[in-house]
Amino acid sequence: MPTESVFTGLSWSPATDVHRLFTDPFMVHALAAGTIVAVMAGVIGWFMVLRRQTFAGHTLSLTSFTGASAAALAGAPLALGYFVVCGLAAVTLAGTADARRGRAFESSAIGTVQALALGLGFLFVSLYHGILTGLDSLLFGTFLGITSSQVLVLLVVAVVSIAAVGVGARPLLFASVDPDVAVARGLPVRLLGLGFLIVLGMSVAETSQITGALLVFALLVTPAATAQLLTSRPLVSVALSIALALVVTWLGLALAYFSIYPVGFYITSLSFALYVVVRVIA
Amino acid sequence: MSAVSLEGAEARIGGHVVWRDVTVHVERGEFVAVLGPNGSGKSTLVRAMLGLQPLSAGRATVLGGSPGTANDRIGYLPQRHAFDATTRIRGIDLVRLGLDGARWGVPLPGRRNRAAAARVERVIELVGATAYARRPIGELSGGEQQRLLIAQALVRGPELLLLDEPLDSLDLPNQAGVAALVERICKEEDVAVLLVAHDVNPIIAYLDAVIYIAGGTAVEGAPEDVIATGTLTELYGVPIEVLRTSDDRLVVVGAPDLHGHHAH
Repeated sequence: MPTESVFTGLSWSPATDVHRLFTDPFMVHALAAGTIVAVMAGVIGWFMVLRRQTFAGHTLSLTSFTGASAAALAGAPLALGYFVVCGLAAVTLAGTADARRGRAFESSAIGTVQALALGLGFLFVSLYHGILTGLDSLLFGTFLGITSSQVLVLLVVAVVSIAAVGVGARPLLFASVDPDVAVARGLPVRLLGLGFLIVLGMSVAETSQITGALLVFALLVTPAATAQLLTSRPLVSVALSIALALVVTWLGLALAYFSIYPVGFYITSLSFALYVVVRVIA
Repeated sequence: MSAVSLEGAEARIGGHVVWRDVTVHVERGEFVAVLGPNGSGKSTLVRAMLGLQPLSAGRATVLGGSPGTANDRIGYLPQRHAFDATTRIRGIDLVRLGLDGARWGVPLPGRRNRAAAARVERVIELVGATAYARRPIGELSGGEQQRLLIAQALVRGPELLLLDEPLDSLDLPNQAGVAALVERICKEEDVAVLLVAHDVNPIIAYLDAVIYIAGGTAVEGAPEDVIATGTLTELYGVPIEVLRTSDDRLVVVGAPDLHGHHAH
């Protein structure tokens, strides 16, 4: 597992630096992966914020850590661990949504799942001593050593997830803002909720491979929340959410390339700064 | 044929009978109020008409079919809390969801999309909400939100309107405004309207009939026959007095609230 030590620093020529940014093979993969992840997080995160499921999203992001550590322990590909465990967690969380018992019941159930996931994750890490050097990158992300086959997996998951959300966009929006009327119109509101959590789980599993389990939030929540502060027109808002996610990802990757700090730090700091600025102005 | 027809209907929630022997008929172009104390099953009656609450006995026909089969021809406004300021969606988007929110896929630009947008504009104009329809719904007042929600219920040109406490939490001028709007739509568009209300006074002038639910059953009839000392005493099974104040408001005295919070 590589560490974040390809610190190259700046040369004396900005043109050379930019050229290196786009030609270094690992940087090309990182930019491709970052772009895919940002577009997906921008779309899925928008619905997550609208549906007030950020706590569920946060829990899923922690289970992605559990998935990765379980996969490492079992000697399976990390990506498999991310997707399988996040998928299972999404189905579990959908089971906790119970309109009759209300939000408080739901959030305490989600919290219970979160604690279990985190506990299991650290158990797996301690059982598999070898992973300890990679613990940082599981939690805080890495953009090093992304292979072209990983980029392909990311692309396939992103296309499938975004297509699913696109097909269900209107019913999902309807069920999110106005569930009572949506039920009366015959929409499968519970099924839509389950479907969305599974897509969210896939999105989290994918995003956390770049940003790490703890920082997945930066890409899922902040661009979407910022976009929703700026406009209440749904289509404009989604487009803005994607654009903001792209900007912070690209800037974060470029900054991380020329410095010794991890990419997750830059992505979170940039999106936080953006959110604060918009919050103060709007 | 009646828009809504219930014959000897009975509903149970968790094995417990909410009401039984309910027989009501609502015709097109009729404005009918559903009245009764808290917890008497007014919303359950509305949900039964939508097929969301199964009947444990009796027969029901809604727009010519069994309940739930014609919901796309029903405009429904559920009992709800207002949208709070964090709901970042415009009023016009909410109305549009009422029109084609149940369709899969994203709307593509074109003739059909323009026709849908024009229809949404027309219904917003009808309820007098054009001035604020493009502002976030959560930033609007209760009365403004209620007008947009009525527009949402109307946008498909329904044959039946089921409005569950649309006047709740509105101030008196807004109650009068919304009530007058519903009456106009009822007569102009020949829509059957069933409006659940806590207080009959803001709407009494417009009503063709009243369904009063209490004591585990319901009676239907002309407002002055139902909201009367004799009828309500029989329905509640305890002595009830209906008083008329000097400004012509009806006050029901002595009705036991099922939760015992306050006198009626």
